[in-house]
Amino acid sequence: MRGNTSIRAGALVLAIIIVLSIGAPLFAPQDPFSLNLAEGLATADWDHPFGQDKLGRDIASRVFYGGRISLMVGFAAVFISVLIGGVVGAVAGYAGGAWDEFLMRVTDVFMAFPGILLAIALMSVLEPRVGNVVLSLSAFGWVGYARLVRAQVLSLREREYVVAARAAGARPLRVVVRHILSNIISPVIVEASFGMAGAIVAEAGLSFLGLGVQPPAPSWGAMLAEGRDFLLIAPHLTLFPGIALALTVMSLNILGDGLRDLLDPAQKR
Amino acid sequence: MRRYLLRRLVLLVPVLWGVATLVFAVTNIIPGDPVDLMLGETARPAQREVLRKALGLDRPLGVQYRDYLAGLLRGDLGTSLHKKRPVAQLIAERISASAELTLAALAIAIAIALPLGILAARRAGTGVDLAAGAIAVLGASIPVFWLGPLLIIFFSIDLGWLPVSGRSSPLSLILPALTLGTALSAILMRMTRSSVLDILPQDYLATARAKGLSERRVLWLHALRNACLPLITILSLQLGALLSGAIITETVFAWPGVGRLTIQAIAARDYPLVQGCVLFIALIYVAGNLLADIAYAWLDPRVRLD
Repeated sequence: MRGNTSIRAGALVLAIIIVLSIGAPLFAPQDPFSLNLAEGLATADWDHPFGQDKLGRDIASRVFYGGRISLMVGFAAVFISVLIGGVVGAVAGYAGGAWDEFLMRVTDVFMAFPGILLAIALMSVLEPRVGNVVLSLSAFGWVGYARLVRAQVLSLREREYVVAARAAGARPLRVVVRHILSNIISPVIVEASFGMAGAIVAEAGLSFLGLGVQPPAPSWGAMLAEGRDFLLIAPHLTLFPGIALALTVMSLNILGDGLRDLLDPAQKR
Repeated sequence: MRRYLLRRLVLLVPVLWGVATLVFAVTNIIPGDPVDLMLGETARPAQREVLRKALGLDRPLGVQYRDYLAGLLRGDLGTSLHKKRPVAQLIAERISASAELTLAALAIAIAIALPLGILAARRAGTGVDLAAGAIAVLGASIPVFWLGPLLIIFFSIDLGWLPVSGRSSPLSLILPALTLGTALSAILMRMTRSSVLDILPQDYLATARAKGLSERRVLWLHALRNACLPLITILSLQLGALLSGAIITETVFAWPGVGRLTIQAIAARDYPLVQGCVLFIALIYVAGNLLADIAYAWLDPRVRLD
């Protein structure tokens, strides 16, 4: 029951954020790039419900448009990570032996880089473009999925229905895709919802450090970095992108919790 | 235990070699010329050649890699292009600040998580438990680069109690440590609650109570001791978040640690320094995980036999 409530709550908040972000051209009160230097750092009014940034741009519009970048980068990074991690984990778990040993040592190396350190290192040499941000987040994101898929494949490899499929002459690719991967999708979905929250925070973190999406593109992380210089006189610059980011991450975490409770009751507590 | 330790250390060698190789690959093999990034595309060929030579990029890649590994074995991480000093020395000067921040964050996280987690477990299903759960979800969802400015606005600007940034007094440590420790405390609290809930119905706790021990002794001495094992696992898993969170927290609070040095090196396009810092942080992470594994094996003999 708790799982269902969490899923509903998380999905509802996330759906609102997705609609507002994708529909930004409809919902944004102003053009997010339109400058108005005379009204720089102005607080909220009817035309600018979240106030204006140092260049007089409408913060609400930039928050809505910024959501597009965050969600797109988060989704793309998780999609690529699941794809790479899924293939690596499936090969390691199913083939076993030297392949398993080699691939797991490679994952060990990638796991030796804490959090977004590898992405920071990559973005220090790559041009700060959205595509490169996705690439750098995927470069460390795949490892967790590889471990997860391998563990699941190992636990299913010798099940009777898998052995039966092999005995019936099914080729390894068919056995893995049709009989194994289809049965391990639940934990991967749970992990992916937490992973997307992590990727969105990581993208914002890279932009905050000046290594991600570059101005004038609206990114929540970059908006927080810009607002940091005006904390004393205009705290609203950091308030609204921060709330948007925290709400998105929270909704994904709550959704992930709910999905885990629903799909993996053994973990429920 | 000695055999287990030896096995773990041997397994570490290929990982360390792989880490060093990956760091080398990131700055040397990936498409895009560091010289272009450092000088810009308008630089003259002669300028490029001078920098290329200074970076040692004029040598064949194999030679660069061999010299790089040989340098690492001697503890030589190269020389900073910007500061003209050995990278190892620059990192060494910043270690104490980073260690201070990370340990303080860890202490804050544990100080918040243990009492709240135990309280939530004892009052499971009540309003207290729900409130603690809500705080945990909130704490785990607020990124450090937003929480930091919020704390600055409240404690430094509105109340004027604590310094905005820097490392000028012991008070300077409080806000960065609180910022860095909050997310970890949220995760630890949930884990403490879950572990204590698992342990509370066990027979040996009923025995301890039957002997006449106070509830506080039963919880803190008997229950928590066994709840520590999963906490160590979570701590080792969260060490990565703590170390990478420290990079951003140090930047937010202008804290003079290795994380801030990394970001300053990136901004200055000082690649030997970037390479050294990334490698150092990865090594600390690997060492931290090894320590956690050893602690786990020490506390639970079954791990050693696995």
